Amino acid sequence: MDYVIEMLGIRKEFNGFVANDNITLQLARGEIHALLGENGAGKSTLMNVLFGLYQPEAGEIKVNGKPVHITNPNIANDLGIGMVHQHFMLVDTFTVTENIILGNEPKKLGTVNLKQAEQKVRELSEQYGLAVDPSAKIADISVGMQQRVEILKTLYRGAEILIFDEPTAVLTPQEIKELIQIMRALIKEGKSIILITHKLKEIMEVCDRVTVIRKGKGIGTVDVSETNPNHLASLMVGRDVTFTTEKTAAEPKQTVLEVRGLSVNDARGVQAVRDLDLEVRAGEIVGICGVDGNGQSELIEAITGLRKVSAGTIELNGKEITSFKPRKVTESGVAHIPQDRHKHGLVLDYPIGANMVLQTYYQKPFSKSGIMNYKEVYKKANTLIEEFDVRTPSETTLARALSGGNQQKAIIGREVDRNPDLLIAAQPTRGLDVGAIEFIHRRLIEQRDNGKAVLLLSFELDEIMNVSDRIAVIYEGQIVAVVDPKETTEQELGLLMAGSKRGAGERV
Amino acid sequence: MSKKWAVLAVPVISVLLGLLAGAVIMLVSGNNPAAGYMALWNGAFGDSFYAGETLRQMTPYIFAGLAVAFAFRTGLFNIGVEGQLLVGWLASVWVGVAFELPKVIHLPLAVLAGAAAGAVWGFIPGFLKARLRVHEVIVTIMLNYTALHVTNHFIRNVISDGSDATDVVKESASLRSPFLENLTDFSSLHNGIFLAVIAAIIMWFLLEKTTLGYELRAVGYNQHASEYAGMNVNRNIILSMVISGAFAGIGGSMQGLGTFGNMFINSGFSGIGFDGIAVALLGGNTAVGVVLAALLFGALKVGSLNMPVESGVPNELVEIVIALIIFFVASSYMITWLLSRFKKKEAK
Ligand SMILES: Nc1ncnc2c1ncn2[C@@H]1O[C@H](COP(=O)(O)OP(=O)(O)OP(=O)(O)O)[C@@H](O)[C@H]1O
Ligand SMILES: [Mg+2]
Repeated sequence: MDYVIEMLGIRKEFNGFVANDNITLQLARGEIHALLGENGAGKSTLMNVLFGLYQPEAGEIKVNGKPVHITNPNIANDLGIGMVHQHFMLVDTFTVTENIILGNEPKKLGTVNLKQAEQKVRELSEQYGLAVDPSAKIADISVGMQQRVEILKTLYRGAEILIFDEPTAVLTPQEIKELIQIMRALIKEGKSIILITHKLKEIMEVCDRVTVIRKGKGIGTVDVSETNPNHLASLMVGRDVTFTTEKTAAEPKQTVLEVRGLSVNDARGVQAVRDLDLEVRAGEIVGICGVDGNGQSELIEAITGLRKVSAGTIELNGKEITSFKPRKVTESGVAHIPQDRHKHGLVLDYPIGANMVLQTYYQKPFSKSGIMNYKEVYKKANTLIEEFDVRTPSETTLARALSGGNQQKAIIGREVDRNPDLLIAAQPTRGLDVGAIEFIHRRLIEQRDNGKAVLLLSFELDEIMNVSDRIAVIYEGQIVAVVDPKETTEQELGLLMAGSKRGAGERV
Repeated sequence: MSKKWAVLAVPVISVLLGLLAGAVIMLVSGNNPAAGYMALWNGAFGDSFYAGETLRQMTPYIFAGLAVAFAFRTGLFNIGVEGQLLVGWLASVWVGVAFELPKVIHLPLAVLAGAAAGAVWGFIPGFLKARLRVHEVIVTIMLNYTALHVTNHFIRNVISDGSDATDVVKESASLRSPFLENLTDFSSLHNGIFLAVIAAIIMWFLLEKTTLGYELRAVGYNQHASEYAGMNVNRNIILSMVISGAFAGIGGSMQGLGTFGNMFINSGFSGIGFDGIAVALLGGNTAVGVVLAALLFGALKVGSLNMPVESGVPNELVEIVIALIIFFVASSYMITWLLSRFKKKEAK
């Protein structure tokens, strides 16, 4: 076969911790090659080796058959390797074009020639059907568009080989469809792609071959045409995985969360939640489903005290908690798995252990008369790390050094462990592998079975349908319908999410 | 090769590079670098008098360095140490002059007055940042000038009657120590050095061991996550500036109650506050690092006085050498980068 990239017997260690152990990955010209593995299996590490961010301890890399030493990302660029990182690296206040040319500016008489660059960006964007406006500010465009800017950045630098690290984790279903189109267009133009994703459906849909790694070791490469999702999952996890979560019927009891007539403004002062009513009872999981940007985030921020309420009331167990400060909301019995784990969920420069007490650090036994007891903190951390299978070299490793999925598991462990009356889970399984998703879903259902209320926000219809007992569809800041997952279809939900009304006048 | 190693390597290499560059400059300008550095060493540690002077000079540097480091560790850049130090100096001297009290009360009171004055001066930028999002760098720079003129005004018109200096503080408020003076051949070393070491321990304890420290550092690293965790971000910003200002204020007390025993009209800044930034930087913003860096700066400052005398290297050149060291410290980023390049080559 004609390989553009060959990574042979790669080994990478972090202070004695082996993240990649003798891994081989061969990328054929013109294929989309999936890299599959559990959270913390070493996928990002392997790609960072290829991109020159890490130096391997052993192994060889060949590009177009020639052995190369990729000691920094500039060399990777020169070899035609481009990477779209999971966490974008864009300057918010710059335009699309400015971001793309950053560090690679076309000069005319010592000044940056923006016109010319903009023209080139526009041409590239049209060539691959990206539909990006070269003069828009990054801050003003959606996450999906920002990702395309990252793609353009690699193309602008002449990339022939593109690495995508979990590109779909941050996208809405519609955006994912469009990204798949884009990847196909890239292949048609002769590019080769390595795709990291936890979504087996996506692998089955677009990929040609898939390389599986487990706990840092290469398991092998298979043709997608000769495999199926169950087989892939068992290769990756090392055991069989169920995809639909088994659960008994809900036995809802008293109302835990009651939201009445809630209105909330977004960061720009525009009304994002309008006169919204919502109820979550003990012993049930209510899934909120809707297209991104319909007020979901603002609703959750209002309940958790992170955003000002402009009208309406929020009650927890019959007591009003409207406009409480976050700490009082937490102490009232609310836990919150935030949508953006890096922004809200973790202090990345703290050890993962210290992050496990982010809301409870001031309470006994972690703190006594103003003095921290880090021994107790780390003891707690270790039990959670164990219980929630957070793969980390140790409890004192900085949160930053954990793989994305393991950061997420740590947050979930911390929140569920407080055993709150109301658990708000915003995209709890974003970036998690199938095994971990199964585990998280079981924990959410367990909370429910213990008589707790769970509010789930997700853009994955599968997840909403599988886990929720009731589905509340949000559209333009209002709950427009509440449906029973057993009596609805993805098609119907899709229509509701797009704003078509169902039997009007229904009380939520 | 671990991280710990790199933490030490960068400041040490910065200092060595600075000394090396200084040597080159001495050589080019026709001086003998060996003789120059010998004179520097002798002037800093050559006998007990010089060693005492070095320790005395190091004392306010420790406080200034701690002030900068503390703010930095909690995500703030306190450039106002100079001003906080001046108001602390004045407050201490005023308490030292105005009251008649037993030493066990008078001295602590005078030091506390310095801390309180510095804290107030730190509160202002903290408050403005927390409430109005005004950047602390701008406010603290402006407050440095305000402090300079306000203290001068007080000395001339409030504490004294048109004179250029205040009275000397009462014995009961003085940090002077006959014991230390005897030990060091009558240098101006005073008890402040002990306070400085205690302050360094307090800063370490506060940040690493207390619940407040957990909060302050969290806010410094990530305000969003801190807010999510239920911390009061604004309160922590203000508190951090207040504590930082208090450290700086006590640095002023060292001058007022120890080194000089009074305060006088300053025509310009003492520079200690600004050197504090370099001390904190060189010390990696840790308590131990600040103490070591302050020792180095104290030694350079005191030892350099001996360079023109003993080796004929002109004073200006000495300033340049010190500036070069600061330059290399400030470019530690560059050195970190060079080190990592070097390491990669080695690995291949
Ligand atoms: N800089 C680092 N220092 C120490 N350990 C690290 C570092 N980077 C990664 N690791 C560890 O190496 C392992 C592999 O991490 P990696 O990020 O490659 O996982 P991943 O397969 O991308 O997982 P995910 O699907 O969760 O993103 C993890 O256990 C992680 O904790
Ligand atoms: Mg990863």
